[in-house]
Amino acid sequence: MIRLFARHRILLPILSLVILLAATFYLQPRAMSYFGVNLLFNLAVPIALATIAQMMIIMVNDIDLSIGAFVSLVACITATFVQDAPLLGALILLVLIAGYGVMGAVIHWFELPAIVVTLGMSFVWGGIALTILPSPGGSSPEWLRSTMTVKPPVVPMAVVAAVLIGASTHVLIMRSGIGTVLRGVGGNAASVSRAGWPLLRLKALAYALAGFFGVLSGMALVGLATSADANIALRYTLLSIAGVILGGGEFTGGKVSPVGAVIGALTLALAASFLSFLRLSSDWQIGAQGAILILVLAARLIFTRRNRQEG
Amino acid sequence: MNSATLNGTPIVALTNAEKHFGAVRALDGVSLSICPGACIGLVGHNGAGKSTLVNLVNGGLAPSSGTVTFPQSGETRALAAGVRSVFQELSLCPNLSVAENLRISHSDLSGFGWRKRARAEILQSLDIVFPGHGIDPDDAVDRLTIAERQMVEIAIGFAPRGTQAKLVILDEPTSSLDAGIAEQLLTHIKNYCADGGAVIFISHMIGEIFTVATQIVVMKDGKIVASRPTDQFDRASLVESMGHVVANASDTAAQETRVIGAEILRTDIGLAARKGEIIGLAGLAGHGQAEALAKLYFDRTSSWRPGQAGDMVFVAGDRGRDGIFPLWSILRNATVSTLSQFGKHGLVDRDQEERIVADWKTRIGIRTNDTSNNILSLSGGNQQKVLFARALASNAPVVVMDDPMRGVDIGTKQDVYAMIRAEAAQGRTFLWYSTETEEICQCDRVFVFRDGQISAELTGADITEEHILEASFEMQEVSA
Repeated sequence: MIRLFARHRILLPILSLVILLAATFYLQPRAMSYFGVNLLFNLAVPIALATIAQMMIIMVNDIDLSIGAFVSLVACITATFVQDAPLLGALILLVLIAGYGVMGAVIHWFELPAIVVTLGMSFVWGGIALTILPSPGGSSPEWLRSTMTVKPPVVPMAVVAAVLIGASTHVLIMRSGIGTVLRGVGGNAASVSRAGWPLLRLKALAYALAGFFGVLSGMALVGLATSADANIALRYTLLSIAGVILGGGEFTGGKVSPVGAVIGALTLALAASFLSFLRLSSDWQIGAQGAILILVLAARLIFTRRNRQEG
Repeated sequence: MNSATLNGTPIVALTNAEKHFGAVRALDGVSLSICPGACIGLVGHNGAGKSTLVNLVNGGLAPSSGTVTFPQSGETRALAAGVRSVFQELSLCPNLSVAENLRISHSDLSGFGWRKRARAEILQSLDIVFPGHGIDPDDAVDRLTIAERQMVEIAIGFAPRGTQAKLVILDEPTSSLDAGIAEQLLTHIKNYCADGGAVIFISHMIGEIFTVATQIVVMKDGKIVASRPTDQFDRASLVESMGHVVANASDTAAQETRVIGAEILRTDIGLAARKGEIIGLAGLAGHGQAEALAKLYFDRTSSWRPGQAGDMVFVAGDRGRDGIFPLWSILRNATVSTLSQFGKHGLVDRDQEERIVADWKTRIGIRTNDTSNNILSLSGGNQQKVLFARALASNAPVVVMDDPMRGVDIGTKQDVYAMIRAEAAQGRTFLWYSTETEEICQCDRVFVFRDGQISAELTGADITEEHILEASFEMQEVSA
């Protein structure tokens, strides 16, 4: 049993999600419907995308403390420029993705600690966002709004989106050649570079991918929320880190799982709803959410420790 | 000229290649050419220049002068010329599967279905080199044993990877393999060379060298000192050509009469020391000497209670990593581990601190006019003197030294030898790990390490380079 869990790291995140989902349905049977499930999970979609973005950075042994501010900035741009001048808006978003890539290159080239650079950049993103939208406002482009509220038959949008995100990033990171090399950078950068790969470009690519998924996250968020503000997604920074780790990822060593990251994000979103259904006072909710997180991580630690002892 | 010509155009040719690191000549004019079919057994003591030579061949370093060419292929890059390296330190990505690791070093594997091809290629290579290996190409590398990882790494080295491996460099490939698997590897090397491949084989197992090498190249002090076909060597002549005689220096050291007291220390692997004794830890680098010292030292310390380490001090050899505080002055660096001795009510007595450092500055000869200068203003040797002062200023009876003379000039070394002997005469015990035979010959008793174990204990006149080399290298035949 322990061996099984240690070998297939994805099982524990799945199990956590299933248990939490079962508990939620038990407390609130009415949530067990097309509409209910969509309501439970639709805000998890932008979180899942931000978690994937964070995963790209953790994959190369760095950490991104700016993703929340970045997603907020994207949301502000989407609710203003993309709505009013789509071409200019798209251009700005492309520049932002490139900016993320440059940030990765700079971090690698000057051997700067990613934690410091991204923390600094979070203030830059936040500042730009405030300049664009000093007060909450803007509006979601119509096509985005309808994409995020589409009602596919049988399975709600949130579930379809989660499956799509998980499957496509799984192919990109776990199956493709370049994804393998990127994970190799996290595992043993020296050997990747010795095999003739340009580390600088790989690092920039990982960051640009993070920027890309950060942009998707911000757009999805505006599509759901219909307006934006400069602080709309600040909590995504910590949520995304927690999501990656909950999903079976490790802070170092290039051990990440895109499917796990998506499941981790869903679990985090569900934990919030679960606690509301418990009628827990909102004063206690954040603490309780933390407790759930610690519980899952402790369970994982037990599995990996045991496995190591058994060899 | 030391050249190895067998037949055909050389795969790689070095002409008067030199490599300098600052003032250190790691490689001092080496000429060597390796032809198809050759298996070069490369031997030499630590720091003889083996790894530098290998790094020039595989393109990891560029020569400071001289040339490295690949005449057979006409390529300029080692990778393109079919030169592969299997390194001593494991260089796989532990988070990836065996097949994915092949992808890292084989960039042509791409497009749809690359996994299937990678799996087939690595499996085929493993089957050829290690028949019956039992490794699943889909297993993540961190789930494999050390030996299996080493096997995978070797198999990747020999895998075709789009072209063909022409020269495979194996640096201590058998260090973590058991005898049966090692035998499979040696057999494969022979077959591979018979088919026109070439191998550079570095090993501390003399038996293996004699089994596979067609030619043995002996390096010393960055030069090739002997390069002959294997059958012109025997064990004795090989060890002799690796070593050099430093007997006269050690004689004077041993002549001094010192009172050596009772045994004060003994560890479970058999390392022992008596009061006033200078103990040497010898053997090839990375065979457990530093770990033994670190364990000895850290077992006496606690991360919670202070003061436990009072009977032992540590002199670091890797100054940058665990020696100096780069932002602090010479003064602060010298006194950091003895602060509690002259503290008053938890505050540092600045005057006394300065007096002590001024005293040690003259006793040990730290070349600076102001000890409040930054530590990095000193040369490497003088930085090391500060670390010695830090240790000796304490009243700890045992001093542990982890290869403390790295990058220290000869004059400073002599100063330090004299100081160590003087301190030992006053009853201090020294445990001294060194990769330099000259330093080991300063010791009263020497433990030679191999594979984390003590393989020999030498005393007095028995402390010679030959004896140490003999004990460092595994002399017995490889069991079939």
